[in-house]
Amino acid sequence: STMHVPTAAPKPNIFAGLSDVSISGDIPVEGEINVPVGTPIQDKEYSTLDEPVKDTILRDLKAVGKKFVHVMYPKKSSALLRDWDLWGPLLLCVTLALMLQGGSVNSKEDGGPQFAEVFVIIWFGSVIITLNSKLLGGTISFFQSLCVLGYCIMPLTVAMVVCRLVLLGGSWRFSFIVRLIVVTASFSWSTFASTAFLADYQPPNRKALVVYPVFLFYFVIGWMILTV
Amino acid sequence: MASSDGNKNTEPWGGFDDNIIQGTGSAVIDMENMDDTSGSSFEDMGEMHQRMKEEEEVAEEAEATEEETGEDGEFLGMKGIKGQLGRQVADEVWQAGKRQASKAFNLYANIDILRPYFDVEPMQVRNRLIESMIPIRIIHFPQKIAGELYGPMMLVFTLVAILLHGMKTSGTVIREGTLMGTAIGTCFGYWLGVSSFIYFLAYLCNAQITMLQTLSLLGYGLFGHCVVLFVTYNVHFHSLFYILWLVVGGLSTLRMVAALISRTVGPTPRLVLCGTLGALHMLFLLYLHFAYHKIVEGILDTLEGPNMPPIQRVARDLPVVATAAMNAVNATVKTLGVILQSQ
Repeated sequence: STMHVPTAAPKPNIFAGLSDVSISGDIPVEGEINVPVGTPIQDKEYSTLDEPVKDTILRDLKAVGKKFVHVMYPKKSSALLRDWDLWGPLLLCVTLALMLQGGSVNSKEDGGPQFAEVFVIIWFGSVIITLNSKLLGGTISFFQSLCVLGYCIMPLTVAMVVCRLVLLGGSWRFSFIVRLIVVTASFSWSTFASTAFLADYQPPNRKALVVYPVFLFYFVIGWMILTV
Repeated sequence: MASSDGNKNTEPWGGFDDNIIQGTGSAVIDMENMDDTSGSSFEDMGEMHQRMKEEEEVAEEAEATEEETGEDGEFLGMKGIKGQLGRQVADEVWQAGKRQASKAFNLYANIDILRPYFDVEPMQVRNRLIESMIPIRIIHFPQKIAGELYGPMMLVFTLVAILLHGMKTSGTVIREGTLMGTAIGTCFGYWLGVSSFIYFLAYLCNAQITMLQTLSLLGYGLFGHCVVLFVTYNVHFHSLFYILWLVVGGLSTLRMVAALISRTVGPTPRLVLCGTLGALHMLFLLYLHFAYHKIVEGILDTLEGPNMPPIQRVARDLPVVATAAMNAVNATVKTLGVILQSQ
């Protein structure tokens, strides 16, 4: 067997000799080979194009549900980040916005802006936090961060439902204390869950700088839930 | 295999030359971000290899079409834009356009431009927050002003959150727009607008200060505002507010004023610049307290009341005159409508 070795002589096109390189099988070769992942994903998309719609929806719903479970029990797993999607955040955001809107006592003037307010706050706030963490040297990608922040709104949505139920009955003073406790607990849970996912991707000495805007973000949402 | 670097074209009319598309993709050379792999030879190798593969595919396609239409003579290859030639032209146009667009995007929408201004440690931010309340007396040579944007931005957002809290607990009703929009607009408008105005005045008064430094100075000056508003939105005593306004607001204003004086020459420019900044800063705090937090005096009384909740949205009362006028207008329009219909 022959082995072609690219010569050291300078060539105008340095890649010209590469196609001639061949190495015999019994010589161990060191190094890494990175295969660009273009083709396998394309194949997968073509094969899922023919399946019935029900399968696609069920698979996506299962993925979303799995991520909800990850948020409720935040362990250090990378599943939330690897297969990020924005369906969960959209669902949570719309639910929260609808429930906050329906809770206002006054006329239509206060009902309308509240849906847009919540929507804009959640998405605009997430974008700002993501940009901030990227500027501080984070290695997380833009959509992964949006995904994590959106999914971690779930405890606050649960708190919203509980507040709604508590408001239906009971004395006002008692219900306010209960709601305060519930909202505080869920807002700290949200902050803790999102930092569990996000803090690993930051330089270690700057974690506090990234956590503060997240804290502020969930605090504002929690405050809106409490005062509706 | 292509013989030279630049000639990768397989079209007979000599396609789009890569040499036309110039530029390395970034105008800012930031030596800190060496984890960016766009300059490494390994990445370039992969990209060149991919491009060569694409060229080979296009070449194969061109050969295949030539074989198909070869018997009929080469004139048939120009069978209108709908033929293979047209498709290849469209493909080349798309590739070239995509490459140019991505280069332009990397050049202008690069957030790495802002990256140096966020390069801070938590300790530094904390120190700067505390220092923003301590005026420094050195005015004979320029004081150091940190050029950083993380602290100011976080302070503006904190102010927005505090304003929101104040508006909600006082029952402010915004008619045209949203609560959040008003709060964000006010705070960001103040920070950016007044910083630009002070920078403009500094330019007129020949002060040695950059736009980044005015943004940073004013941003950190908002720390005093945040503290005062946080306290006074929860504790409703007018006298407490005035004391805090003078003391805390005054300290942060003095700090900013001292920094500006140290960078300006001459009594009149100093007076103009510092007077403007001091006035705007103090008046803003006054405005925030009174415009966004109507102190509902009844809140303190109704905490003992049986049915009234302590936190409630209270609608503003429309003036009686306006209501009467509206009723009169409605009545006239109705009567007019009836008259028109009966005719």
